[in-house]
Amino acid sequence: MSEMKAVVNNICKEFGNDRTRLMDIVRGVQEKLGYVPPEAFELIAEKAHTHRVEVESVVSFYAFLSDKKRGKMVIRLCDDIIDRFQGGEDVAKALSKELGIGFGETTEDGKVTLEKTACIGMSDQAPAMMVNDVMVTNLTVEKIPEIIAKLRETEDPQSLVTECGDSNNAHELVRAMVNNNIREGGPVILSNHRRGGGLRKALTQTPEEVIEDVKGAGLRGRGGAGFLTGFKWELTRKAAGTEKFVLCNADEGEPGTFKDRVLLTERPDLMLEGMTVAAYAIGAETGIIYLRAEYAYLRAFLEDVLNRRREDNLLGINILGNEGFNFDVRIQMGAGAYVCGEETSLIKSCEGTRGDPTDRTPFPVVAGYMVSPTAVNNVESYCCAARIMDMGAGWFSSIGTARSAGTKVLSVCGDCDRPGIYEVPFGTKLRDLLQRVGAEDVAAVQVGGPSGQMVGPAQFDQEISFEELATGGAIMIFSNQRDILEVVEAFMEFFVDESCGYCVPCRVGNVLLKSRIARVRNGEGSPDDLAYLHRLGESVKRMSRCGLGQTSPNPVLSTLKNFRPVYNALVRENTTGRLKSFHIMKAVEQASQIADRRSEVFHA
Amino acid sequence: MGKPRVATTSLAGCFGCHMSFLDIDERILDLIELVDFDRSPIDDIKHISQRCAIGLVEGGCCNEENVHVLYEFRENCDILISFGDCATMGGIPTLRNNIPLKECIDEAYRDGVTVYNPKNIVPQDPEIPLLLDKVYPCHEVVKIDYFLPGCPPSADCLWAALTALLTDKPVELPYELLKYD
Repeated sequence: MSEMKAVVNNICKEFGNDRTRLMDIVRGVQEKLGYVPPEAFELIAEKAHTHRVEVESVVSFYAFLSDKKRGKMVIRLCDDIIDRFQGGEDVAKALSKELGIGFGETTEDGKVTLEKTACIGMSDQAPAMMVNDVMVTNLTVEKIPEIIAKLRETEDPQSLVTECGDSNNAHELVRAMVNNNIREGGPVILSNHRRGGGLRKALTQTPEEVIEDVKGAGLRGRGGAGFLTGFKWELTRKAAGTEKFVLCNADEGEPGTFKDRVLLTERPDLMLEGMTVAAYAIGAETGIIYLRAEYAYLRAFLEDVLNRRREDNLLGINILGNEGFNFDVRIQMGAGAYVCGEETSLIKSCEGTRGDPTDRTPFPVVAGYMVSPTAVNNVESYCCAARIMDMGAGWFSSIGTARSAGTKVLSVCGDCDRPGIYEVPFGTKLRDLLQRVGAEDVAAVQVGGPSGQMVGPAQFDQEISFEELATGGAIMIFSNQRDILEVVEAFMEFFVDESCGYCVPCRVGNVLLKSRIARVRNGEGSPDDLAYLHRLGESVKRMSRCGLGQTSPNPVLSTLKNFRPVYNALVRENTTGRLKSFHIMKAVEQASQIADRRSEVFHA
Repeated sequence: MGKPRVATTSLAGCFGCHMSFLDIDERILDLIELVDFDRSPIDDIKHISQRCAIGLVEGGCCNEENVHVLYEFRENCDILISFGDCATMGGIPTLRNNIPLKECIDEAYRDGVTVYNPKNIVPQDPEIPLLLDKVYPCHEVVKIDYFLPGCPPSADCLWAALTALLTDKPVELPYELLKYD
């Protein structure tokens, strides 16, 4: 007890007893104690001048936080559909067998807890898992006994990394077995470029001119939504308020997306340069990188980059001798919540509360972080902005299509020979991409992850752009061997898990969509069920509060549109009016056992 | 051609929806000009006697008899309407859905503090229908054509829906009829 008290006191003190740093405080406590004991809630609340319920709601909201004692090492196996198709389910069984426990349980010696988690951003080297913060990729059933034996022996997850991945993955502060898998670079981001050129040029211009350049380049948000970045900066600059903020969304939670992982590993300076340009343009002094918990293995490396930039006067006071231009950046760690990729949730999380999205208006550009004007952009957007400053708006807008300027960094995974990172100009045809990644016999491609759309061969001649096939980066490929509706059901399961639960359409609607898809998959559906799925999907889309619910029905809606024959083959016209999905004998089975007699009505 | 027939029933409900139905008051005289009633608690006819145009179902399904009745309605009614929250969503009876059936029965007949049950038996007479594993809304058992929410739906709401259906006009349910706070 007294140890816990000391830990809590120290950590609260480290973060200035500031309730807006609650995320860091509870993360810190968990790091020290292995969990956040309920007895600590009151103490933390007292120290950080908040309420017990605030602390408890944070701990209960985030998947990576726990108020129950767990093993010294927590294994989180990625349960994404890509991992499942690459043998993840067998790996799950092997882990369970080797440890002698089920998922959600801890070994008796208190050493290992076994869990499943949503996509951890390793779909190009699936199946993968995390052991505490250490990534373990390319798992096979055969590797599991050795892995578990080693963990038991060393009790150090890092001991599993015998060989580091390529490039910066081997950096002494990273030392991960992760591979970048950069297959094709493009002119904007994954090519050689002058370091710091963009920032230096930006500082010779006025902030207004910088914004004009970004607007003129036609840069649109790379997280997927495609809002005009320059326009966002202009709104933030013009919004009333003395303090403004630049936030970088590195909460890459969309299953099948892992391009920010690679950009954070290989282009952290370019990203920070872009953030600094943004700070200059909108007049901000503080920046935050919201880093998803899964990428904690990159944290020390990124902190080091920040320190180096501070030493080089690229961050800090009077940046590059520019009197009065001050800007610094801190890293905010997430704790395993997909919804925090939504900008208002991300802001709430940075403020140290549950990641519930908030209503807009007001938009974050007017009242965001700390109710101040805030520009939230994706990692890749900042990289693009820095390059626009260096190379000019005209150069950037000459790449890509009329309404989608520049290139897009894609993360390709699934059934293909060469999964990995491809930077392609907007306007690239999906068919070309499939050829380059070595995908044959393709039945379906999920463009933009679960919240995007599932397209079939009839759409393969469409181009990757905001006009046709928009994506935040994810391209998931499914061959003819795969059951499309299994994918849809897995995606709906994901949304059910990740819904914050605030609004009814999303909290309830996704559960109903998932169970109706299951009914159809079981061969118990009728054409009425398809009409129902369509109607309900549209309602959830229209009525939900934030981007999660507004896009979560997409797997259902896009497959209903593009893969109608798959559904039609599974449903039968219902002639009796009795639903096949209701099984009366199963429904009375328990009561029949309790009363020790058979059904008088239905037992023939 | 005879008048269209209407059947009604209350399954796992509280009869509140039927009481609300009776709140149409003297309009019931207009209604019997339009329809004949078949099986219904109102006239105490026990089984549907002939094909009905409309079946009104109150309550969800909590036991096998509910399912049996609902099947009879589905088989013999052209249009089946779930009315009230129990029929459309399961309602209050679904509060037991998160508790295993055995626990529910033990609490009610064996372990409850006010229970006197020296033989320690649970209801098992064949006359008493077996409970289902959980309470189901009607549309999870049979196909339902229309839903009228409300706890209960107001008499005006029922009146508007029924007369629209019987006169073949589009049903108009203004916000006031579907607002419950």
